[in-house]
Amino acid sequence: MLKYANPTNFLALAGRLIPWLAAATALLLTAGLCLTFFVAPDDYQQGSSVKIMYLHVPSAWLSMMCYVIMTSAALGTIVWRHPLADAAQKAAAPLGAVFTLLCLVTGSLWGKPMWGTWWVWDARLTSVLVLFLIYLGLIGLWQTIEEPAQAARAAAILTLVGVVNIPIIKFSVDWWNTLHQPASVFKLGGPAISGSMLWPLLIMAVAFTLLFLTLHLMAVRNEILRRRLRRLSIDAAHAEEKSEATA
Amino acid sequence: MRSPLSALFWRELRIARSVGGGGAMSLVFFLILVSLTPFAIGPDLNLLSRIGPAILWIAALLATLLGLDRLFQVDADDGSLDLLLTASTPLELIVVVKCVAHWIATALPLVIASPLLGLTLAMEPTSLAGISLSLLAGTPALTMLGAIGAALTAGLRRGGLLMAVLILPLTTPVLIFGVSSAAAATGGTVPFHIPMLILSGLSLASLAGAPFAAAAALRARDA
Repeated sequence: MLKYANPTNFLALAGRLIPWLAAATALLLTAGLCLTFFVAPDDYQQGSSVKIMYLHVPSAWLSMMCYVIMTSAALGTIVWRHPLADAAQKAAAPLGAVFTLLCLVTGSLWGKPMWGTWWVWDARLTSVLVLFLIYLGLIGLWQTIEEPAQAARAAAILTLVGVVNIPIIKFSVDWWNTLHQPASVFKLGGPAISGSMLWPLLIMAVAFTLLFLTLHLMAVRNEILRRRLRRLSIDAAHAEEKSEATA
Repeated sequence: MRSPLSALFWRELRIARSVGGGGAMSLVFFLILVSLTPFAIGPDLNLLSRIGPAILWIAALLATLLGLDRLFQVDADDGSLDLLLTASTPLELIVVVKCVAHWIATALPLVIASPLLGLTLAMEPTSLAGISLSLLAGTPALTMLGAIGAALTAGLRRGGLLMAVLILPLTTPVLIFGVSSAAAATGGTVPFHIPMLILSGLSLASLAGAPFAAAAALRARDA
């Protein structure tokens, strides 16, 4: 395991894993979408608009899982100052922002026919919006600080401060009376959702997770290469300077 | 011989009081924000008195943040931050002292001025007391959270706007409970002390936690 903490070994591993992960993602995503559209039943109240759930719920899970992964990478940055952790952090922020935006947009599209409004300011929606803004802030921070190691430490601190929002999102539907429904899949006493809907949902969730892992690995690989390129161009500039000084 | 921390405290207050230090400026900014709002939404006194607490809180939030980007920026520019970093006094305590001085210089005047500005927004006397108390309890949390942003963006060019983008989402709970305690003062279903206690809790928690994050961010600048 420790062997892959070396960026070169990690690049080799990522190169081998990415095609398999991408293939599995494509397979499961196709299967999940087919199940969603042709097999999963319409809701007796919501009709076919319930199918938005198969995109909304996985993106909501991913928006939070991405932050948790980013937080563990942030701990890696703070404790071990490992460049791989820096890259994992940086790669996760835009992905998390996209999944959160997807969650907000699909939720809004679902809310219009079901609740009669695009948006309400209840605790769940507001806390997810705050999560989205935190992701945007982190992206801004990454882009503003030029020195990569310094940017990683600053982003790690902000990530660790922002992690208070994750339990607030998770439990917002229990603590406050929200228009958003409470948890129905992961709860005591088993899921409160019929098996015919649960299976397509779980397959979509696994597909989204694999999609995230694929994109994250690719982005980490790009970030490592970008850092090497930066190092090489700095070295080249130094060498040029030296040769000019001697000439 | 004064202790280093009290010397720092008085230094910060002197800087804030001098011209361009930002102490008086954020009060003027607060005044302008509050007086611009009635022009934007119209001079309907009923409406103004209903949303008065919200106006005052938003204005206080922005005015507090406006001055905060200078909390570590000036010290980073003139090199005194490096002296503070190498001092034997713990950096966390230095952050706390700087924040307390900053709060006294910029936020406390807002708290004191808020009832006067509330009068122009046709707010009831109980509501005026409520808004002052809620600002008194809530602005320390804004200063402490802002200190994290100020530390993260110290030494960056154009750090001010980035700092607001980083910190404003985190201030959402403070704003929610600040406005709700000001609203609870004039009646409503929730007793006044409940949002007030939560607001004080937010301030105390950020006072306890934020100095560590801000100090870590300052150390991360050039470690």
